[in-house]
Amino acid sequence: MKILPMIAGLLAATAAVADDHPVLTVYTYDSFVAEWGPGPAIEAGFEAACGCDLAFVTAGDGAALLSRLKLEGTGTGADVVVGLDQNLIAEARDTGLFATLPEGLPSPELPVAWSDPEFVPFDWGWFAFVYDRTKTPDVPGTFEALAASDLRIVIQDPRSSTPGLGLLLWVKAAYGDGAKSIWEGLADNIVTVTPGWSEAYGLFLEGEADMVLSYTTSPAYHLIAEGDDSKAAAPFSEGHLLQVEVAATLAGSDQPELAGAFLRYLISDAAQAGIPETNWMYPARVPAGGLPEGFDTLVRPEKTLVLTPEEARAQRGPALAEWLEALVR
Amino acid sequence: VIRGWPAVAGALGLTLVVTVTLAAPTVLGTAVGLSAPDEPMLSAVRFTAVQAALSALVTCAFAVPLSRALFRSRFPGREALILCLGAPFLLPAIVAVLAILAVFGRSGPVNTAMAMAGLQEVQIWGLDGVVLAHVFLNLPLATRMLLDGWAAIPCERFRTAAALGFGPGDVARLIERPMLRDRLPGAVLAVFLICLTSFAVALTIGGGPRATTVELAIYQAFRFEFDPGRAATLSLLQTALCLAAGIAVLSLGAPVGFGAGKGRHAQLPDGLRRVGRLSDPILIVFATLFLAGPILALLAAGLPGLVSLPAAVWEAAARSATIAVLVAVICPTLALLIAVFLVRLPQRGAHLAEALALMPIVISPLVLGTAAFLVLRTHATPQALALPVTLGANTLLSLPFALRILLPAVRASEAGFGRLADSLGLCAGTRLLRLTLPQTARPLGFAAGLTAAFSMGDLGAIALFADPTAATLPYQLSLLMGSYRMDDAHGAALLLVVLGLALFAVLERGGNALART
Repeated sequence: MKILPMIAGLLAATAAVADDHPVLTVYTYDSFVAEWGPGPAIEAGFEAACGCDLAFVTAGDGAALLSRLKLEGTGTGADVVVGLDQNLIAEARDTGLFATLPEGLPSPELPVAWSDPEFVPFDWGWFAFVYDRTKTPDVPGTFEALAASDLRIVIQDPRSSTPGLGLLLWVKAAYGDGAKSIWEGLADNIVTVTPGWSEAYGLFLEGEADMVLSYTTSPAYHLIAEGDDSKAAAPFSEGHLLQVEVAATLAGSDQPELAGAFLRYLISDAAQAGIPETNWMYPARVPAGGLPEGFDTLVRPEKTLVLTPEEARAQRGPALAEWLEALVR
Repeated sequence: VIRGWPAVAGALGLTLVVTVTLAAPTVLGTAVGLSAPDEPMLSAVRFTAVQAALSALVTCAFAVPLSRALFRSRFPGREALILCLGAPFLLPAIVAVLAILAVFGRSGPVNTAMAMAGLQEVQIWGLDGVVLAHVFLNLPLATRMLLDGWAAIPCERFRTAAALGFGPGDVARLIERPMLRDRLPGAVLAVFLICLTSFAVALTIGGGPRATTVELAIYQAFRFEFDPGRAATLSLLQTALCLAAGIAVLSLGAPVGFGAGKGRHAQLPDGLRRVGRLSDPILIVFATLFLAGPILALLAAGLPGLVSLPAAVWEAAARSATIAVLVAVICPTLALLIAVFLVRLPQRGAHLAEALALMPIVISPLVLGTAAFLVLRTHATPQALALPVTLGANTLLSLPFALRILLPAVRASEAGFGRLADSLGLCAGTRLLRLTLPQTARPLGFAAGLTAAFSMGDLGAIALFADPTAATLPYQLSLLMGSYRMDDAHGAALLLVVLGLALFAVLERGGNALART
């Protein structure tokens, strides 16, 4: 095993010699930097102006990112983190690892008021059940109607998946103490619970379920990238829980100015214009050119539900216990 | 007792493997403190053990007659069929789930036929479905391990049996059952341990939180509760389960004493081949339909996407193939040395040592990745280490399989020719090169092929070391699925199966060719 540190040492040495630009290290989730994700364009755009090297470091998703930061503690090499969501903010704030946001960032345009001293939104979306219009003509308009129907749905496990946790909190935000009876009603509609979003969405696309928990923006992918307008999101009259994806700078960063400049770039028109068709979410600030064609066809819920970071943290434990009880029977 | 450098190297190799395996949860436990086991943990352990035991028993109940049928039958394309039946073992979990659903799912041919016959829809969700999926995934491995056992019976034994006028009952009692007693425990154990760590299959097909496995509980501990100590405890519980099962099952087995033959390929005398004339073809057709159906569905779904795959997928394929070839060289070599060491131990010690060597199968990638991260992060960035760590992890995780395959062969070689080698006073190196290597060439080829295939299909993204810009093929596939790109993902899955099978075929043929010279 001695050979690993050796190889690593060599790699680190060559990297240091090759470049004397300052390096800004950005932690993010893996699909952000994929060839078809928002990362490559953002990297090129920021590097063109900053005289620096932008280095992405990835973890699987938002929760994995936070776990990694906790493991690294104050010794973390990260300057910026992109991709936590509001359900993780309270937990993240408690680590004390994050810096106050730089002055004068433009405020985000969300369906709800937003203000946070450390975390700035870069995109957002509503959780929603997505279905195929050609196969499911009558869709329920509430959780209660869904529970009463014989539609089959597939959802994600809140213990291993971010959207799974989102649904748990959505039902809790909509029904409070009544959440458990909603889950009991849904139990016979749930075909299965998958570990992550991709398994669930894959099962839905293969026809194993009538509806899948995803986002109101999911149909935009099929419409814009595949020219397929059969997918749609069902509007629920209880309202839809918002997911807000946020970025922040690290208090221990040795490049605080550069890190601040990156946040500013991330919510600039140039970076935000790429978000809808790479991350398939709404940009935190609508760019001057507006949203891409096709986004106007998406369902926009009449009511938006939102939990503060502190509420989300306080509710997820009890909500999980209810969920388990209702579904394990 | 342990003389000669191969055995010493084997002992050191085994020590290294056991140390790394046990170090992972220990590093985590000492970094954050272990948690005491509680009821949710134990209930996860219970479900995990029950589904794994059921899966292993059902798989092997089919593998015994199937391997015997394949061994006895001769028909055109037999070799190719045996090769292709190995495909399910290569599939990453989620691809396997989708492939099974393509056949047994709501809109698959099984339910279409049921509906046409006016029968009730088959529901795959639940424990039955989990077992079905595990049989699909592991029947190829178990069958191959047993087929290897049939093929290792010297053909002289069958000819003697025919000359003595043995009936099928006598053959079963004196030849087949002793072989099974030698090989079956290892096959049951291998499948049991693989199913123990099944996570995506068990949860997705298990239908919900009733199907909570230890691996899911580890995820929960890391992600939901941010409690690595709990993850370490769960990981140790899983390791303990592996050791207990290993010792229990291995001590049921008894090494077989067929004596040595001239090493010719077993050909059944005509008198014995008439047995199973009717049942064997039926069994083979049934197994082929069961195993090939989902693979054909995969083929149909993947072909359209194959031509337009993004460049990143081809790069990932090249990366994965390179790692697989390296694993196929390193892993069987290490396993051979460990086997040389193990056969020199007294039986009781050998069982314990072998059970210890099995532990890597049940390491949680999350726990291994986190521990490696804590140890290595002061030396280099995890991204710089992504490929070396993947190589190391795949070697470690496939070692138990290589060992299971090589150990009986080394044992037989020692039993047959060990005393001769002793009396000739062969030095350790010569003995390894001139005796053990030629005698084990066939299983070595099989082990190399299997570990390459395993490495190809394993997720290869050890937690915290995954690098999307230098992704392996299975990881790339998961990235595609995570970005709505199902057509590309289907194409990538097909590429993965084809590449894995090709590697397996080349390496296994290599071993066979070596054995014939």
